[in-house]
Amino acid sequence: MTNSWTDIRNTDLVVIMGGNAAEAHPCGFKWVTEAKANRGAKLIVIDPRFNRSASVADYYAPIRQGSDIAFLLGLINWCIQNDKVQWAYTKAFTNASFIVKEGFAYQDGLFTGYDEGKRDYNRDSWEYEIGPDGYALIDETLQHPRCVWSLLKQHVSIYTPEMVERICGTPKEKFLHIAQMIGECSSPTKTMTSMYALGWTQHSKGAQNIRGMAMLQLILGNIGVRGGGMNALRGHSNIQGLTDIGLLSNAMPGYLNLPTDKEPDFNAYMSTRGFKPLRPNQMSYWQNYKKFFVSFMKSMYGGAATAQNDWAYDYLPKLDVPNYDILRMFERMKKGEVNLYFCQGFNPLQAFPNKAKLAEGLSKLKLLVIMDPLQTETARFWEDHGIYNKADPASIKTEVIQLPTTCFAEDEGSLVNSGRWLQWHWPGGSPPGEAKHDAWIMAQIHLRLKELYRKEGGAFPDPILNLNWAYKDPGEPTPEELAKEMNGSALVDVFDPADPTKKILEAGKQLAGFGQYRDDGTTAGGCWIFSGSFTEAGNMMARRDNSDPDETGAYLKWTFAWPANRRILYNRASCDLDGKPWDPSRKLIEWDGSKWTGYDVPDIAPTAKPQDVGPFIMNPEGTGRLFVRKMMRDGPFPVHYEPFESPVANVIAPKVRGNPVARVFADDWKQFADIGDPNFPYAGTSYRLTEHFHYWTKNNHVNAVLQPQQFVEISEELAKEKRIVKGGWVRVWSKRGELLAIAVVTKRIKPMTIDGKTVHVVGVPIHWGFVGAARKGFPANVLTPFVGDANIETPEFKAFMVNIEPSTGPVA
Amino acid sequence: MFPPIPNPSVDPAAATPRFGEKDIMRRSASTVEPPATRLTEVAKLIDVTKCIGCKACQAACLEWNQLTEEIGVNHGVYENPMDLTENSFTLMRFTEWVNPETENLEWLIRKDGCMHCEDPGCLKACPSPGAIVQYSNGIVDFQHENCIGCGYCIKGCPFDIPRISKVDHTAYKCTLCSDRVAVGQGPACQKACPTQAIVFGTKEEMKGWADFRIKDLKSRGFENAGLYDPQGVGGTHVMYVLHHADQPSIYAGLPDNPRISPIVETWKGITKYMGMALMGVAAAAGVLHYLVAGPNKVTEEDEENAERLAGGTAVPPPAGPAPLEGRRS
Amino acid sequence: MTVRDPQAPIAEPADDVQPGDAVHPGRPVTVDRYTVGARINHWITAISLVLLALSGLALFTPKLFFLTGLFGGGQMTRILHPWIGVVLFVSFSGLFLRFWRANLPKRVDAEWLAHSSDLLAGREEKMPEVGKYNAGQKFVFWSMSALILVLITSGIVMWDQYFYPFTTIEQKRIAILVHSATAIFAICVWIVHVYAAIWVKGTFSAMTRGNVTGGWAWRHHRKWLRELVHKPARRGTGTPAE
Repeated sequence: MTNSWTDIRNTDLVVIMGGNAAEAHPCGFKWVTEAKANRGAKLIVIDPRFNRSASVADYYAPIRQGSDIAFLLGLINWCIQNDKVQWAYTKAFTNASFIVKEGFAYQDGLFTGYDEGKRDYNRDSWEYEIGPDGYALIDETLQHPRCVWSLLKQHVSIYTPEMVERICGTPKEKFLHIAQMIGECSSPTKTMTSMYALGWTQHSKGAQNIRGMAMLQLILGNIGVRGGGMNALRGHSNIQGLTDIGLLSNAMPGYLNLPTDKEPDFNAYMSTRGFKPLRPNQMSYWQNYKKFFVSFMKSMYGGAATAQNDWAYDYLPKLDVPNYDILRMFERMKKGEVNLYFCQGFNPLQAFPNKAKLAEGLSKLKLLVIMDPLQTETARFWEDHGIYNKADPASIKTEVIQLPTTCFAEDEGSLVNSGRWLQWHWPGGSPPGEAKHDAWIMAQIHLRLKELYRKEGGAFPDPILNLNWAYKDPGEPTPEELAKEMNGSALVDVFDPADPTKKILEAGKQLAGFGQYRDDGTTAGGCWIFSGSFTEAGNMMARRDNSDPDETGAYLKWTFAWPANRRILYNRASCDLDGKPWDPSRKLIEWDGSKWTGYDVPDIAPTAKPQDVGPFIMNPEGTGRLFVRKMMRDGPFPVHYEPFESPVANVIAPKVRGNPVARVFADDWKQFADIGDPNFPYAGTSYRLTEHFHYWTKNNHVNAVLQPQQFVEISEELAKEKRIVKGGWVRVWSKRGELLAIAVVTKRIKPMTIDGKTVHVVGVPIHWGFVGAARKGFPANVLTPFVGDANIETPEFKAFMVNIEPSTGPVA
Repeated sequence: MFPPIPNPSVDPAAATPRFGEKDIMRRSASTVEPPATRLTEVAKLIDVTKCIGCKACQAACLEWNQLTEEIGVNHGVYENPMDLTENSFTLMRFTEWVNPETENLEWLIRKDGCMHCEDPGCLKACPSPGAIVQYSNGIVDFQHENCIGCGYCIKGCPFDIPRISKVDHTAYKCTLCSDRVAVGQGPACQKACPTQAIVFGTKEEMKGWADFRIKDLKSRGFENAGLYDPQGVGGTHVMYVLHHADQPSIYAGLPDNPRISPIVETWKGITKYMGMALMGVAAAAGVLHYLVAGPNKVTEEDEENAERLAGGTAVPPPAGPAPLEGRRS
Repeated sequence: MTVRDPQAPIAEPADDVQPGDAVHPGRPVTVDRYTVGARINHWITAISLVLLALSGLALFTPKLFFLTGLFGGGQMTRILHPWIGVVLFVSFSGLFLRFWRANLPKRVDAEWLAHSSDLLAGREEKMPEVGKYNAGQKFVFWSMSALILVLITSGIVMWDQYFYPFTTIEQKRIAILVHSATAIFAICVWIVHVYAAIWVKGTFSAMTRGNVTGGWAWRHHRKWLRELVHKPARRGTGTPAE
């Protein structure tokens, strides 16, 4: 989230698209009801199903799953055509005026530089024209034919309301009604918030879905303001923390990234991480990259990381592929290339696509270690559960070890919520049975491994032997110790760079914030963005003061929000070029003539003059990006691409199948239904229900009571056509597998007309499996295709093709 | 936001119940002296227009009241269980309704449960003294030690709420968390509701809050938005805000004009009094007749006549009219 | 010993004469009126009816709720009442099968009814001769039959423990009202029945010892007595009561 949950109450218009906040985030949704009740805010829901969010919406429109980009670019087009643009904001705070390199072009669904064989682009032309002074050229009049604004106008012009209806199935008048409601938020005194979740991410072009809305929000002037923003509703209570702390194969804590094998030494690594400003005076805050990196390495390796050994750069793994994401790992498992899979707090047999392929992969492991507080299907993949999980235990050689862990309520620590709040929590109960804290298990394994390396050596034992392990009890680091480590501390006395005689911090003290991070090895810090969360003043995450001066929704004294306790990112954009709030009634910060002050922690240097420094301080441009340069694999602008399985060919680019740069493994192509395949005529989608949390709560009796048995949802029209009765059994199958479920026949799903063709939606909730208190069922991933987003490999769970027929149900 | 009810105090004094026996206003099958002063009436307001159907209220109710509902099956709808049970005091009911005026689908989600009527039909129907009580704050509560499981409360209730347990054969329904309310807390469902679709306070506060909500709804085009506080049962201590208050029955059969059934009124009213009178009259008439007419005794003459008949001797013709058989032949 | 009028033609047995009915000459004459089976049947019915009335009234009006104490409390009363009802129904059905023929209305019943004020006033000599049952007894018989049928039917509708799902609440409400009203009438009829037995001396022995005196039969059911003397019992297999 750029903003926070509590800030949603400040909005005038909530757009829920690519998510179902009422259903999946009912507690956070309270802030929508607050905005509606107290500000008269309106709620728009755009979704293939009339869902629980729609039940309390002011306006609902249907959309076919996987067509969001067409809708969003349609909205941008409509806003441009109808002058619903916050011009001052767009001109000053976005890269609309930046001039793009000659040679950049877009045609027939593809940008310049496409290589069909590699399924990748040469992205060299996706850049700004750089002037002789080293800065990007701009045209403040936005008239230049190659300025971003001109290119954008041209790019979105094909997404007319008629085209939106043709691709998305959204009736034109409904689209126009929504466009008008959204267009009103181009006023500086009206804001719109976007709430989205897996409905946008779980596509082969998920990141571009989100960009579509981010671009719209930028031209409406809704980023950085109260009640605005791009608000990702995270699906687990700490999944934001997972990304923050870099638990991804190509990431390091605080959004630093792992080196690749093309960066054999530290200089090569840093050479692409200079982040030189692209416009005069800009902060380009990533210029501090080295401070964050070196402090991280000091935190990891202590005395073993020195200036002489480039801060132990060699200890870091170097990626030979963009990332070792889960899809890739299961592909490798299936090929027999993986021996050990250490599965901590994760149930991939349910959570990743194409269950049959996953089970095959797990069967080829030598050892599978499960750390989980619950019994999971993954841990039991080898058990035969009849139609629910066919397996031949005798033929599976994988050894499975289950290590029971504690759950959040039995542990102390912090959870990072969607609004980036690090909220400390305390155990509410003791661990049951043999359950152990995850940190204990990891520490025990580490100590034993270290001992083995010490005794036996090995190819490269240094990273393990030299890992900084200065915990009071090496066998179990405490959550407080780990939190302090992430915050960072001074290794020696630290002095003010401006005045070397002025000591800022004594050796051994906690750092007050990432501003004190140093690149000379004098500070250590495990995760720079968390700096400030555990200072000499104590554990900031444990604060529970819910005072909120003037009821802005900031709650600065409640826990700690990264970065720097800032509640709304880019909040300098809430003010005009003179530093005065666009909407005085929604003041967040303002320039008082010498510094920035206000209700939130300014997202800019406190004394940076408003006319000089742009609000998007992490970007070298200082602006938000309508054109994202070469930073995304699939294009500097979003393009409507069909899902890999789709009822129709791509209307705007019939030759392009799916996202043209999404990675597809050879075997998986064969398991995709052809475009318009009559054997798989219905558009399937998967989703969550409010009664359950993923695959956890089916273990809980009360949740199992509330939604005991698997079902699929279809329209009354499809039910009639297929002679399916409400409450009767149906069989649903894709090219990858099948499931049996009860039919919920509903008015909430309606057939849509896509490019002249009637398309029925089949909705598949995901929550059931073969273990737990609820009735046995099939996970939705028996149906879903094994392909992910082109940039970050989030699997395409939201759009696939199926068939359906009445069934007599499972044979007992 | 409606001001949330503060968390309970750890002060032991706070655990002293704030109402009890002395505040009982009505007691089933009993005559009670109503308390001299009535407690402030409480109410739960269920704002159907804010409800997202998450069933947190159902879960909270099961958890707080330590109820174990059975794991059922899906019946092709979102409801589960399908009806209120002795373990499910509350239930979300989902209705897919196409508004004939706008032709838009509306998904009406109503939390069903006891309405805590001011004039409770269950209490009126209950034959067992003290099985149902009404406190002067409006809470209608079942006292299971007095319940005989006859199910008359089900017939008395205009809302089809109470259910008889198949285990202990006593009637169960929402208590409005009288145990929580007694110590200054709101009902568990209210506490769990994420969107404040359920709020709790004094009845006056709730009516005021409902007005605030109705104003908002009217501004959004729900011209018939209104409060459901049916006067047919004297008003209720669980009230609804409805977008279409002119037609409550679209909300999964919420009664348009609930009142205690006239059949129940007849049964518990005139039938009881007339019946007792009739039986009394019959018995009295017998006694009176006996006193006036005296016993009907067999005479010596009767015995002799019988002996003569049995012995084959001619019997003198009876004093009365000729035997019918003679006439018939 | 069964006495038959040797002159009486062997003809269709009279409806009024039932198996077991017999006259024993002597001083006084005794007349067998009810077999042991009929008496047991009657008393089961009678006890059931009394228990039902007590338990029913306990649940009918709070003023009589204390009567549940007789049955072991409210819960037990609620459990027992319908089962006793079943016993009553089965038992009464037995009585019905035994007695229905003798209770078929006859023309004399109208005449008897026309003179009912004479009866109540003690001028029994003005009454027509009647068979085994007079019109008043027939009224008791048929009204009880009808009321019990209504009671068992409505009772099942309100027997929630086993039959809850089969009817609507509105139907149950009607059933409960009908059941109470019917029960009141049944109790009234019962009062008439019991009072008649108390008022008409010599009646109790019919249901205790099984016989009445000849004088009682002469006075109250003379036609029955005549038939007994002149005609064989139905099917001619009447077994005298001991």
